Amino acid sequence: MHMADALLSPAVGGAMWAGSLGTMIYCAKKLREKMDEKMIPLMGILGAFIFAGQMINFTIPITGSSGHIGGGMILTVLLGPYAAFLVISSVLVIQALFFADGGLLALGANIWNMGVYPAFIAYPLIYKFIVGRNSSTKAITIASILSVVIGLQLGAFSVVLETRASGITELPLNTFVLLMQPIHLAIGLIEGFVTAGIVIYVRSLRPDIVENLEGVKTLSTGMSLKKVVIAFGVLAVVTAGALSWFASTRPDGLEWSIEKIYGRPEITGKSDSVKEAAGKLQEKTAILPDYSFSSKGGEEQRPAWPAVDTGTSVSGLLGGGLVLLLVVVFGMGIRAMSKYRART
Amino acid sequence: MTFDLEFFNIGYLDTLSYRNSFVHRLDPRIKIIVSLIFILFVVSFPKYEISSLLPFFFYPVFLLTAGNIPLKAIAKKIFFISPFAVFIGIFNPLFDTGTMYTIFGVPVSGGWLSFLSILIKYMLTVSTALLLIAVTSFPGICEGLERLKLPKIFVIQLLFLYRYLFVLLEESLRMMRARDARSFGKRGKEIKTFVRLISVLLIRSIERAEMIFRAMLARGFRGEIKVLRRHTVNAADVLFLMISFTMFYIFRSYHVVNIMGAAFSTVLR
Repeated sequence: MHMADALLSPAVGGAMWAGSLGTMIYCAKKLREKMDEKMIPLMGILGAFIFAGQMINFTIPITGSSGHIGGGMILTVLLGPYAAFLVISSVLVIQALFFADGGLLALGANIWNMGVYPAFIAYPLIYKFIVGRNSSTKAITIASILSVVIGLQLGAFSVVLETRASGITELPLNTFVLLMQPIHLAIGLIEGFVTAGIVIYVRSLRPDIVENLEGVKTLSTGMSLKKVVIAFGVLAVVTAGALSWFASTRPDGLEWSIEKIYGRPEITGKSDSVKEAAGKLQEKTAILPDYSFSSKGGEEQRPAWPAVDTGTSVSGLLGGGLVLLLVVVFGMGIRAMSKYRART
Repeated sequence: MTFDLEFFNIGYLDTLSYRNSFVHRLDPRIKIIVSLIFILFVVSFPKYEISSLLPFFFYPVFLLTAGNIPLKAIAKKIFFISPFAVFIGIFNPLFDTGTMYTIFGVPVSGGWLSFLSILIKYMLTVSTALLLIAVTSFPGICEGLERLKLPKIFVIQLLFLYRYLFVLLEESLRMMRARDARSFGKRGKEIKTFVRLISVLLIRSIERAEMIFRAMLARGFRGEIKVLRRHTVNAADVLFLMISFTMFYIFRSYHVVNIMGAAFSTVLR
């Protein structure tokens, strides 16, 4: 469920980056407070373990197709939320750079979707809540499955929201939700089952490892449930507000059709003060105010796509071909130049 | 298995990053910043935009050719891993069927236009990410991230992750080979076997981390990694940043393709 750059608008991508970066800095600060230096190589190697573990495939029951683990919850159970969040972020950084999974702008959204929910919602509110009192095999199994499923559901739903807010896809919201949630429910059930199996099996083979880690972890897990709930309440409101504002500045399908009917992107005479204030704030702070680089109110000035007459569309095709040709010539030129230089 | 090998063939990009060229020598911070600006510019286009995106191919092509990176390596990666954007984008032609354009008598719906736009944006952004690593090297990126003020602990463990990635990948390849040698047909891949296999891998990883930590302590580790060579921002870096930004800005604010096409057709006449 890696988000891709191509599906994001700059505002949504930037907002998600800000959220993820903030969480990363917060986690690093928390870790530094009570740092055990032993954690550093352990974090790195468990990150590498996730990749190595993803190489080993297994047969998914019923469908018979091949699958591999995601691993976010295992990291959280072993390392605690703060360290695990940083490791999940690192795994995603490497996936974005080497595997082109997602992209650099989408990285912020991906870290949020796959890191925040397992580490800061599913783990403290579900896993710890169940396993904290009773760490029997059954409790671990239930806790793992529930927390993985809920973490993935939240992540998948965020993907839907982010894509919708970016206004790139035409998928109606409910169709999109119906596409994403059931798939991730199935993935979550299997992932949760496997997670439980690993935690239980490792504990039975080497109980000392799990206990030792428990010791390392408690050093860095001094958070109260109340704080988490309050923080996320605030975050949820802020994100929802921000996302809906960004979404509404984007001329989506509906606004586009309004534009066609009225010749203007929005029916005028309807403006509320909150939106205006937010707009002013955004214009002051945003690098890319209202997406438009050319000028303010670019939407009105720029000729809408359907208005393009055939003359310009022909020149568009011609120019497009020309530019692509230039790109190729440019590339070949540099290649030839460096070859020439290497020879002399 | 071929897909997996292709997917995990990250050592190759790593070897590319140790070449020596103009773009390889640039400060990693500058490359990270320019690539991010590039991506922001690309995704800032409205969803039906196609022709204005084309001039942006200059940037990845520049990295590719000036960095002397084989085109095949990047093209293959882009081709192999394209599921999500395509998966979501392919619904656009189904839902957005209003005709927006007629090219040589063939009506083109808005959905196909926006799908094509997604594909082009996908190619631009993904190739830039891959090329960034191919011309910077991972330790270089980490140095850049640290000097861009990302938390130190994050950067250090990221370096560790990368350093041991190859070791652990080989370990898991050995385990898979052993499993394949001992099992026939579909056996050996049940969840139960998988859980035990991966648990053993996990235990080995943790034990390895403990050994590494002891070795690090023996060598005087105090919570940070020191590097000998640091990049500095020099005139070439500043020039690269300014030229790229100006080019992106021009490509974004003027319809270069239409201007050129119009000029070309008047010349033809």
